[in-house]
Parts: sequence; structure tokens; C-alpha cells
Amino acid sequence: MINLTINGKKVSAPEGSTIMEAAKLAGIEIPHLCHCPGIHTNGSCRICVVEIEGMKKLMASCIVKAQEGMVVHTSTERVRLARKIVYDLLISNHPKDCMACARNQSCELQALGGTLGILETHIHGEASPRRVDISPSITRDTRKCILCRRCVTACHEVQGVGAIFAQNRGFNTVIAPALGKPLNSVDCAMCGQCTVVCPTGALTETDGMEKVWAALTDPTKRVAVQVAPAVRAALGEEFGMTPGETVTGKMATALHDLGFDDVFDTNFAADLTILEEGTELLQRLTAALTGGEAVLPMITSCSPGWIKHCEHAFPTEVDHLSSCKSPHTMMGAVIKSFYAEKIGIDPKDMFVVSVMPCTAKKYEIQRPEMQNDGNFNVDAVITTRELARMIRTMGIDFTNLEDGSFDAPLGFSTGAADIFGVTGGVMEAALRTVYELVTGREMPGSNLHLVPIMGLEKIKEAEIKFENVKPEYAFLEGVTAKIAVTSGLKNADVLLTQVRNGTSPYHFIEVMGCPGGCINGGGQPRIRNNVPNYKELRIEALYNEDEGKPIRKSHENPDLLALYRDFLGEPGSHLAHELLHTTYTPRGHFNEWLDPDFQRKQAMEEMLIAE
Amino acid sequence: MGRSKGTKVFALAGDIVNSGIIEIPMGISMREIIYDIGGGMKDGKKFKSVQSGGPSGGCLTADHLDVSVDYESLAAAGAIIGSGGLIAMDENTCMVDTARYFMEFIQDESCGHCVPCRVGTKRMLELLQRMTNGEAEIDDIENLETLARTVSETAMCALGQTAPNPVLTTIKYFRDEYIAHVRDKKCPAHVCTALKEYSIDPEKCKGCGMCARGCPVGAISGEKAQPHVIDADKCIKCGSCKSVCRFDAVILT
Repeated sequence: MINLTINGKKVSAPEGSTIMEAAKLAGIEIPHLCHCPGIHTNGSCRICVVEIEGMKKLMASCIVKAQEGMVVHTSTERVRLARKIVYDLLISNHPKDCMACARNQSCELQALGGTLGILETHIHGEASPRRVDISPSITRDTRKCILCRRCVTACHEVQGVGAIFAQNRGFNTVIAPALGKPLNSVDCAMCGQCTVVCPTGALTETDGMEKVWAALTDPTKRVAVQVAPAVRAALGEEFGMTPGETVTGKMATALHDLGFDDVFDTNFAADLTILEEGTELLQRLTAALTGGEAVLPMITSCSPGWIKHCEHAFPTEVDHLSSCKSPHTMMGAVIKSFYAEKIGIDPKDMFVVSVMPCTAKKYEIQRPEMQNDGNFNVDAVITTRELARMIRTMGIDFTNLEDGSFDAPLGFSTGAADIFGVTGGVMEAALRTVYELVTGREMPGSNLHLVPIMGLEKIKEAEIKFENVKPEYAFLEGVTAKIAVTSGLKNADVLLTQVRNGTSPYHFIEVMGCPGGCINGGGQPRIRNNVPNYKELRIEALYNEDEGKPIRKSHENPDLLALYRDFLGEPGSHLAHELLHTTYTPRGHFNEWLDPDFQRKQAMEEMLIAE
Repeated sequence: MGRSKGTKVFALAGDIVNSGIIEIPMGISMREIIYDIGGGMKDGKKFKSVQSGGPSGGCLTADHLDVSVDYESLAAAGAIIGSGGLIAMDENTCMVDTARYFMEFIQDESCGHCVPCRVGTKRMLELLQRMTNGEAEIDDIENLETLARTVSETAMCALGQTAPNPVLTTIKYFRDEYIAHVRDKKCPAHVCTALKEYSIDPEKCKGCGMCARGCPVGAISGEKAQPHVIDADKCIKCGSCKSVCRFDAVILT
């Protein structure tokens, strides 16, 4: 322990603590902006400066380590004045129209002004050259960027993608993809982790609400909504509830109150995914073990950010991806075929909205593969944050809502579906079904959980041995299936490099694009400094949902079995393939030819040359 | 003399007779460097200031000529040894413009990482530009000083921490020049173009018309053999009238 004095108080802090951490132990909160605990510390904003006796200059308390005998003053007149001037400098290069900003009232820069007691600004001047870049998932408004570089850390260090970086220098510095290209022209996975850490409105999800409001007020549209599993574990946070408080019932009520005609659950499609993906896995294993050709390991395809990253970073390995669409696009396809037929509505008059913890899904629904008979499977995606905004706009008193429920026939789900939102969940859900299909017995494990693949470790492995199998799976007798689970694109790169090098020992790999899975997705409520274990709490919430359900295996979902019986046939049928499966595009590093803006520009340039 | 030992290499430049790279023992006086080694100011002009330490060094005055050149003494006077630049400036130098010039350089060098340097140097430059353009107000001197001090205290690296040195030292030692720029809208050294004002002394003017013929914008008018006048609205302050007048009738204020 290190002993120091902060504001006259004696403080003991663990070795290696920063002054800011030590101060926190003494109940002293040092205002800060660029520092994002656990993710990013680079001391660029200089808001957290403090006075240290014996040092000439003020020091950034987020970086400087506490030392034995140090005497620190965190809010002397000198410090307060310096903070005010630095803040004044920051906002002298920031738009002041806070009322018209997606981050109004949730902006860290705005809140800091209140903390520092800023009543007027004195510094004015020219603004840096800036641009607005709207990609399908993420909108970059660099006028609002304060260059804290949290997004750069999220993109480089956390995700290992490296799509954005500081370009130019000095006053002309801007965070942008290489050569100032638009985000949609580079290998950005659209995971949206940058939008979670951004303290201002510089990086946000591209608006999906406008389309949804328009559909809700259009009398000719039947609007169906579906909600991903992870949303229910985090939506409450937007209304001041603690992380991990599940709000499934309130959320269903709120969606009905918002005016959606059908409130369905993406969980249903998660169960559907398990049957399709499980069947695909068994087919691949069968082929491999009976002398046929099969690409193994098979890799899950529920996470569109991961899919896009794989297409960019491992274009030669896309055959390993399961051909299953992500659950919400499967749901969209089912709504616009099975359900539209059932209620006698032209699929063109159906409007499907997905509420997702994800920004990549906004991009995904625009992929040309995600349509059937000329109708896009899903028409709009809104994030958890956007749903909260819509609930507020509608004047719904969310915290006091009665519990409601999802609508039949696409609203019932098993516990296996709930854990789709957690890293390891898809794998566990798949094995619950696959093991039982092959052996006729329940998957061994503690309370149907495959413990080695639970939790937040970067790469998790497990083995499962098939013994006493059913006669039709005789070729699997004694086979040990090796599986791996990872989340976060940087960790996925490790497993995929093995796959590319031909050294991967696994049969089945689960990859989620965001660290921790969808519960920590790019569309989820932003990180709250006061709850450092928010990920664990959200994970626990989803496992609780799972354990609280009477049916916990996808293949036992009665509504799903009815869907197969009445409409799809059997898992992996021709119709199922048409509606629920997709193909992938090896893209390589740059994506510019898929960007309509780039194509337009290119076409214009060609016209000019022709003239 | 402080703890500094050995010798130090400087790049001596500016309005000085002998400019070049010099190596001096620590602790000799600035006067020895400027007059003995440098040979004094060019054209017999008066010494005004010496900037020590490169673009982010401080500007010292004639009062500092006997300061010993070592780390501690220079720091105490507000300058640094820094990169070893020594620029001697004569009486025709405007110190506000000098601060603006160095700030322009520093602002260009800022990497853009921390806020005080990235935005602070830009805002300091803008304030100095307003001063040399005659657009500043009297409070701006204090605003500039406070801003400069904060940038120096909070910047992340030595570039930002020392960047305000030219500003802080010129405000400290040549405050009257700042006041002249801001309050009287005058540049005492007649360097800042926007603050220059050319007029013709009717007593001295013989009406020869040389100035009117040389004026590139036709700002000068007058009958032959009568005193001429300069239209201040048209004048672009190029100074060609003053350079062609053989009777020293053009006054620069």
C-alpha cells in the first residue's frame, strides 16, 4: 500500500494506483473527461489536472501514479481555474446547439460543464475543418468530436479492427478512417463499440427511429416489432434502473403502447436458429466423418459485426461461417412469409422493426442477401438506446409499467434463446439440442450449463463426448467434439488465424463481435462509471431468465415445432434454406465498391474524364 | 552561476553582425555573446531583445544582458536554453508581432493530442493576430496572459508547456507595446501593417508628385507644387511613397 495525502486526508492506496483512483478511495471525485476506466487512459483532455506539492506543473491525475508521501490538492483555486479554461478551450471548438443533438442530456461534455460550474464562456475562435459521415450503422459528426480518442482505443485495442485513427495534426486533427474515406468504404465492422464509449454526439448510431415513427403512423402498414434477448437485460438502465434488472414484461407493454401491431420476440428466432444451425453442424460432421467433404470448424453467424469483420479480415475463410442468417433476419423472413400468409397480408404491407443491442444490424438489413421475393427481411433496426428514446418521446412511464407479454405465434421462446445475448450462449443452446438429438439424453453439465464456456474470459474451450448415440448417428459414437467460444473481434482474430493456418483443433466455434456478447453490444446503454461490473450483471440477468423458464431447450419450443410442421417442413429443408440461410462476400480490406457514395463519385469522375 | 557545467552550443542569429553556430562556456553573460562574439547589432542599431531557447523560448531585454547564460539563471528570467536558439532583435522589432510569429510556428508544430496545446495555441495565435490587426480589446491582454499561463501549466509535453514562453515574456517585459497595439491601435515599431498610418507633412511636401506616381493604388492626390494628401481608406500601407519622397515629407505613425 502507498500512503499519500489528498486534500489534507491521509489515503492508503494499492501499489500502482493513479492519483485519481487513490482520490476515489478517499471519497474525492476528480472531474475527468477523456479517461474511460478500464478501457482508455491517455491524458489528452487535461480536465483531471491536480496540484502536487513539489511539482511545477499541474499533473493529469488519471495518468500520474500515486507515490509514497505525495501531497496532492485536487481543487485549489489554481486547479479550478485551469480546468475552467481547458473546458472553455474545448467548447470553443465544439458546436453549442446541444438541444439538437442525439446526446442531449446524456453528453459527458455537457455534464462536465455543470460539474465545473461553467456560467459563461470567454474563448472563441475558428472551428477546425470538420465533416459528417453517415454510414448505414454509425454516424460520425466530427464537429462534435473532442478528440479524446476513446473510440480509437475501442477500435484498435479492444476490437483489434483499427478502422479509425487520428488523421492530420494539431488544430486540424480529425478522427477518421485512413485517407479520410467514409466509414462504409473501409474495413469497419460496424460493431459500434466506438459509439458506446464516445462521450459526446460525435459517434452515434445512424438514426433508425424516423423510419419507425413513419411506419407507425402509416395506416397501410402492419408494423411488427421484435426484440433481441440482450435488450431486456439493459433497457432498464436507460430509465435509471440498475444493470441486470430484466424488464422483459415492461418492455413488451411499452412496445404495445408505442403502437406496434405485433410484438414478437427475437428469442423465438433464436430457437429457430438453433434448429437450423444445429442441423447444419450435424450435416457437416456427418460429411466429415463419413468420408465426404465438409468445412470445419463451423463458426456461428449470429453477429453481423463479426460477419463483416470476417469478410474483411479473413475473406478466404468465409466457408467456415454457418450459412444461417442472424436470428432477427430469420424472424423477418418468417414474419413476411409464414405470418403474413397466416393473417392474409401482402408481405409488402408488412413493416418489420428489430430492436437490437447492435449497430451492425442496421448495416446487415441493407445487405442485398437479406431479402426474399424482393422484400427486405427487416425494414428498420433501432438500438436499445433508440428504443428508450422512443419510449420517452411517447411519454410512457416505463418504470411503472405493468408487465405485458409477447404476441403469438412468434413470441414464445425457451431458455436456450435468452442466453443468445451472452458470450457462450449460442454454443450452449446449440449443444443442448445437438447432444440430445444425437444421444436422446440431456446434455451433461450443471443445470444444463456448459460451465467452461461461461464468463468473460477471452477464449473459452470445452469438449463434449458423444457416447451411446442413437443408431442413426452411429458414426458419432465415441467422438469428442471440441468447441471454442470467443467474443470481441480481437479475440476472434486469434481463433481465425488458427483456422486460416489449418491448425484449428475445433469442430465448432462461437464468435460474438462485441466483448462479452450482445449484452455489451454497440447499441446498448453507455458504460456507467459507477457500475464497473455492468457486464457481469447483464449476463447474470440473462442466465436467470433462462433458468426461470419451464422449457430450456430450443427443440422443445412448441410454437417452433408448429412452424416446422405447418410451414417450413423440417430443419434444413428447401424452404428453410430459401428463407433462413444466406451467403457471404469475401471483401478484403476495402469495401469502397459497395459504398453507393463512392460509386457515385467514381461515376462522376469518369463522366468528367469522358467530357 | 548555477549548477550548469561545461559548454553549450547556440545558433546565434537575428539582427546581429556575426551570426552562426557558437560554443560557449556555461555562465558567461548574454552581453559577451551579443557584443563580443556577435559583434553587436547590425547597422549600429540599438539592441532591443534576445530570444533564447528556440521558438518556445522567452524574450529577454537589455536589462538581462548581464544575466549569466546557464539553465537556472535563464529559467529564472523566463527564458530557457531549450534547443539552443539565440535570436537578437534590434529596435525596429515589434514584440507583439514577434510573439505572434513564434506562436504561429508553435501552433503549426502542435501534434494535436492534448487540449491546451491543440486548441490553446490556436486561440493564443488568434488573440495575437487580433492584436496586430488592431482588432483586440484591452481585456485581451489579460485574457491572453491567463490563457498562456494555463496552457503552460496543463499541457501534456514540453512543447505545450513552453509554447507560451514568448507570449508570457513579451507581455512581462514589453507590456507597453501590447497596450499601444490594443488601446491606441498603434505599433510603436511600425511593423504591424494594419496599424501603420501614412500621412504627408504639408510643411515639407513640395508637391513634386513622385509619391502619387509611385502609389500602386492611386491613394495620393494633390495639385502640382501643392501639398499632397493620402486617402487613408485607399492606402494599402505599402510604404512606396515614403521610400520615393526626397523631402522626408511622408510620416509613418
